Amino acid sequence: MTLGQQTALGEVKIKGRSQWGELWRRLRRNRPAVMGLFIAALLYVTALFAPWLAPYGYDEQNLDAVERPPSWAYPLGTDEVGRDLLSRIIWGTRSAAFVSITVTLVNLALGVPLGTLAGYFHGWVDTLIMRLADILFAFPGLLFIFFIAATVKPSISTWVKAVGLIDLARSGYVDYLVVIVALGLVGWPGLARLVRGQVLSLKEQEFIVGARAIGASTWRIMFRHLLPNALPPLSVAISMGIGGIILSESTLSLLGIGLQPPNPSWGAMIYSNYRYWRTRPHLVIVPGLVLAAVVFAFNFLGDGLNEALNPHLDQR
Amino acid sequence: MIAYFVRRFLWLPVLLLIVAFITFTLGYYGPGDPVQVLLGQHTNPAVVARLKQAWGLDRPFPVQYASYIWRALRGDFGESIVKYRGQPVRRLIGTFLPVTLQLNLVSGVLGVMIGIPLGIVAALRHGSWVDRLIMALVVGGISVPTFVLAPVLTYIFARLWRILPPGGWDGIFSTKIILPAVVLALGPMAVFTRQTRAGMLEVFREDYVRTARAKGLAERAVVLRHALRNALIPLSTIMGFMLGGLVEGTFITEFWFGIPGLGSLGFDAFYARDYPIVIGLTLLIAAAYGLANLLVDLGYGFLDPRIRRA
Repeated sequence: MTLGQQTALGEVKIKGRSQWGELWRRLRRNRPAVMGLFIAALLYVTALFAPWLAPYGYDEQNLDAVERPPSWAYPLGTDEVGRDLLSRIIWGTRSAAFVSITVTLVNLALGVPLGTLAGYFHGWVDTLIMRLADILFAFPGLLFIFFIAATVKPSISTWVKAVGLIDLARSGYVDYLVVIVALGLVGWPGLARLVRGQVLSLKEQEFIVGARAIGASTWRIMFRHLLPNALPPLSVAISMGIGGIILSESTLSLLGIGLQPPNPSWGAMIYSNYRYWRTRPHLVIVPGLVLAAVVFAFNFLGDGLNEALNPHLDQR
Repeated sequence: MIAYFVRRFLWLPVLLLIVAFITFTLGYYGPGDPVQVLLGQHTNPAVVARLKQAWGLDRPFPVQYASYIWRALRGDFGESIVKYRGQPVRRLIGTFLPVTLQLNLVSGVLGVMIGIPLGIVAALRHGSWVDRLIMALVVGGISVPTFVLAPVLTYIFARLWRILPPGGWDGIFSTKIILPAVVLALGPMAVFTRQTRAGMLEVFREDYVRTARAKGLAERAVVLRHALRNALIPLSTIMGFMLGGLVEGTFITEFWFGIPGLGSLGFDAFYARDYPIVIGLTLLIAAAYGLANLLVDLGYGFLDPRIRRA
């Protein structure tokens, strides 16, 4: 892991590598993972610059060009109300990017502290948190999200209106909040289990025992010593999780619970184009393939990270 | 050991009660008053009040919950309030369940029969292009959503080449089952392949495999008799976990292919906000999932003698 270098004075200078540097070095050799990283980066860059990249607005209709096949003016054709499919896909990256980041943050905010507490304190704290996780696991995910979304939507929209953000409520941002709350509440148990396992195995190691011996406080041990060491395995779970979140958002929107038109969501787009798929299958297939490619990318990235973290998996 | 199983066994009804409580609460406070749904927009307050009283919706929440649980214990899950208005949820589930079970059985068998051999091949050719190809397929299998795969396959096989029917249901011996079963099998296949490969790679490093090779056993015997058996043990856990996911996958697949199963029932209930059906389905899935995991844990001891001793 370290390189020795002879200097003029004859002493050996050790060049250390950080854990992350080592991870990156191994990841770079894995071509599918690098491709995944590239597509993932592309998603967020596109989302950031969507207004400049998309030739038309996401709800811009041209009733003179309804159901057009692909042409120079409309590279992927238009849908039944004359909206450019390419522009809608590009605007759709915003929904995917925004939802994936916020839901991941919510999941982390819930899962990491709860997992750390469960692993560190053990006893009834552990039992309570892990039983809660069990219940959430046993719940059929999609149905649970359906109930959450259906239940929180009215209260979120009354709350948003009460705070005086009527414009926000009208423009469909409530749908985003509903999706984020629903997916955020369901996604944390997996992370909590992972962090708990990490903390349990790290807790008995010498550097933690040492930290305790010199009188480091519980919080310091948890956040300065335990968590940083649990981060690399967490990165695998996050990467795989993002693919799943984007998929869930699309499924929810497809089922009519998530983002609703005219919000540009790939799932809602696919569902509303189902009706025309006999005559224009590309209206379904193109957004579908874009969605699949993005999920594919995050899964490849997660796989690559996993292999880079556990190199022994590669040796027979 | 016995105490552990007893505890696990007692946890199941508790889990179901909690699941029922959460679902019921969410349904209770959720939008879509069943009376409103039934009567539509222009209602006579007197009629509303009478209906609420007749259905017991004017009673306090704990009483409603208790009476729901009490009736559910005797197999009464209420009646549908929208599409199948008036029909008991239990009979609806009873009618639609067999179709879903058959479909899931076929796709499950398909997933195992393709997934496990693929995983063995990938492990044997570890690091080669064959391995990489199989693993790419696996990642693809868990990445392509059902609602994309179904249209794409239908387009290719039913429209372009016209070799398979685009949908419908005629039992498991009809060609109509091929497309939906393949769509449903892809996810489980990917999971089985990945798990078999990981398990085989792990087992290949064990001493007993080296011993088996050293004493001159044929490679075939080493792989199938010594390595595979041990590599498959963790697979049983995965099967338990997947049961919940399998039912969910059928929602969109059955809707797309027009198959009269639980998925179609659920899909309609979702859109129509038919709560009694959705609550009943949730309880059914949670119960199946909990029971499957319990059985897996019990079966683990029989599959792996090393655990029994611990």
